[in-house]
Amino acid sequence: MVHQYRSNGYNIVLDTDSGSIHLVDDVVYDMIGSLSADPSLPDAAVLESLGDSYPEDQKAEALSEVRSLQESGQLFSEDIYHGAVLDFKNRKTVVKALCLHIAHDCNLACQYCFAEEGEYHGRRALMSYEVGKKALDFLVEHSGNRHNLEVDFFGGEPLMNFRVVKDLVAYGRSIEEKADKHFRFTLTTNGVLLDDDVMQFCNEEMDNVVLSLDGRKHVHDRMRPSRNGKGSYDLVVPKFQEFARQRKALGKQYYIRGTYTHYNLDFAQDVLHFADLGFDQLSMEPVVAPADAPYAIRPGDIPVLCEQYDILAREMIRREKEGRGFTFFHFMIDLSGGPCVYKRLSGCGSGTEYLAVTPWGDLYPCHQFVGQDAFLLGNVDDGIVRPDIVDTFKCCNVYSRKACSECFARYYCSGGCAANSYNFHGTINDVYEIGCELERKRVECAIMIKAALAKADGED
Amino acid sequence: MKHIKTLNTRSLQESMKKGGCGECQTSCQSACKTSCTVGNQTCEQKKK
Repeated sequence: MVHQYRSNGYNIVLDTDSGSIHLVDDVVYDMIGSLSADPSLPDAAVLESLGDSYPEDQKAEALSEVRSLQESGQLFSEDIYHGAVLDFKNRKTVVKALCLHIAHDCNLACQYCFAEEGEYHGRRALMSYEVGKKALDFLVEHSGNRHNLEVDFFGGEPLMNFRVVKDLVAYGRSIEEKADKHFRFTLTTNGVLLDDDVMQFCNEEMDNVVLSLDGRKHVHDRMRPSRNGKGSYDLVVPKFQEFARQRKALGKQYYIRGTYTHYNLDFAQDVLHFADLGFDQLSMEPVVAPADAPYAIRPGDIPVLCEQYDILAREMIRREKEGRGFTFFHFMIDLSGGPCVYKRLSGCGSGTEYLAVTPWGDLYPCHQFVGQDAFLLGNVDDGIVRPDIVDTFKCCNVYSRKACSECFARYYCSGGCAANSYNFHGTINDVYEIGCELERKRVECAIMIKAALAKADGED
Repeated sequence: MKHIKTLNTRSLQESMKKGGCGECQTSCQSACKTSCTVGNQTCEQKKK
């Protein structure tokens, strides 16, 4: 499958199954258009299809280059992976990442919270040290020969239970050597309880911190008020700035992560606002919401949102060239060392290699399924007691979703989010169409940025 | 080539040969908690 598109003055051709990305001129672009309709078209017919639009010698030269790519498997390549690389049902999976719901409680009342202000369809609760310890032991025990294990302290707001976070990190470190494992800890926070002690601890122990901020003050305060209704922007921004400054100086990762909704369709301005505040590792995702929520993204919003991604991409190129670039998580694409095809086919890992743990030790396929009884997998005492649910997730991948077979971006999202699919279609093996449209746009923008910067490098 | 510039150096077919070690980061553990973004993850073997 070949996907071609024009963006910001670049002609881009993506050969889906080989993953090859080509920057081409107009004659090749048109030629590939003809061949897309019928890749077996003979030379004479390909040349004929372009009519008098280009000189004959140019057409012949371009065709020779196109044929060369076809012969080397970089254009109109076939999917050789289906059935060849993974026996999805029978593969042995190990657990390598846990999302620890360290606090089902929150000191903000974000309007769009899928955790329902931290409660996840349940009661307020804090994870005890004993439950957390059992979760880490469970992870080590079920991680096979994986060396790097990931643990995200999540909530609710994890800093409402910071003592347990610290104790669990200490416990994790104490068992690393004997178990021959390495924990990579991450903390996600709204910043309300962030102080010098927390920053210092995180700088020593957290591989990554995810800092929740939605953008401009009015945007952030509308959706992320405290429980008394007052906005949280003024409280958290100075702390996040200091935290980011420290992390940058130490060469440590952090992300400013926002959520955009129907209320701020001009979200590119919010991402640029992050950059203007001095942050340089940024992420911004569309809200996950019931279709009837007033802030939910609607199908009619898609053209506006796609235009916003274009605006953001063009501005990122400009700032990069000016030496004040920043990274945007959803435009990151690694053309020389990206993930292998196994990773790209096998989905996000929810329910198999990635599990969420509630404050009382219940196991769910991921943080978004927490509180939904049909997805309760087991608990940290008894382990997985519903292997049938795990098997369902094992088989959830690019090939299990019909829509993915016709999508050029399938190896970039690996079939998309199972929770989104379930929320909108009642099955984990479908796709969330709005999410797909936006993901395709992000992939196009990410590639265009690479093209623009490669072009700029070539000109230097 | 005069008409075509290929931007990437790692082909998916090639990655079949050595891939699948599973040491890479789980996508939702990074900065993504509500969508699935796999294509931007880094290969742990390439990092070494």
